[in-house]
Amino acid sequence: MIGLGHYLAVGAILFVLGVLGIFINRKNVIIILMSIELILLSVNINLVAFSSFAHDLVGQVFAMFVLTVAAGEAAIGLAILVVYFRNRGTIAVDDINQMKG
Amino acid sequence: MIAALAFYLFAGFVILGGALTILSRNPVHSVLWLILAFFNAAGLFVLLGAEFLAMILVIVYVGAVAVLFLFVVMMLDVDFAQLRAGFAKYLPFGIGLAVVLLAELLLILGGGSFGVSSPAVSHAPVIAGMTNTQALGSLIYTRYVYVFQAAGMVLLTAMIGAIVLTHRQRPGIRKQNIGMQNARTPAESTSKVQPASGEGVTL
Repeated sequence: MIGLGHYLAVGAILFVLGVLGIFINRKNVIIILMSIELILLSVNINLVAFSSFAHDLVGQVFAMFVLTVAAGEAAIGLAILVVYFRNRGTIAVDDINQMKG
Repeated sequence: MIAALAFYLFAGFVILGGALTILSRNPVHSVLWLILAFFNAAGLFVLLGAEFLAMILVIVYVGAVAVLFLFVVMMLDVDFAQLRAGFAKYLPFGIGLAVVLLAELLLILGGGSFGVSSPAVSHAPVIAGMTNTQALGSLIYTRYVYVFQAAGMVLLTAMIGAIVLTHRQRPGIRKQNIGMQNARTPAESTSKVQPASGEGVTL
């Protein structure tokens, strides 16, 4: 029987994969953005699992808002990336130190 | 039985897709693995009885966000091999951190029942006689209508921000100027000349 714990375990593994992706692909900002998407997906899996097992729809409503924010964040992040590439000709994020105070 | 099989299939592919997203050498492959992960997460949502969110996940993520990633990866002419330079250097530290984090999360999972009384036998709609989409709609258009509007504002802001960031005026491009066209009169745009024979004309 598949219980709540199974879904939460999938969410936890996916979350850790997202964090690991940010760590090991430090220079490639595109993969970092994809890792953030993975993290948000794991959060959504947790929310929907709790919503389904607790018979409360509010979790699914909240998951929908998380989805909205994730879509907006991806659009803005990729736009910033395109502008950065246009100005610098590279997307290496460890070169972004010009705003350092 | 068949539900357990489907769960393990979807969960396995979600994790496989996530792992290969962050480990792929080629970012285009990364995006494709991300799409696989999203599809199988949608399958998990269907198993949980959240059909509307599953469809939204496929439409919004696979249809919009993943394609946006694909566009950007293919549009930017980047040397991706050079960007992977620090991969091996960060890998041991990252793996160590991931193991610690995962162990902690699974310890928490093993601990309690989270106040959820019984394992849900069937993931029937929460409100009897209503499908998942209907029930969700009756909630977001009544109690959460202001939050729903705020989500719309977030999307509008994201759209305006992306357009403002990436829009640029290129110098030296000829555009149609309708005001100038309409302001022209025959008197200033035509002239009567009498060229001498055999000399040609100047424009």
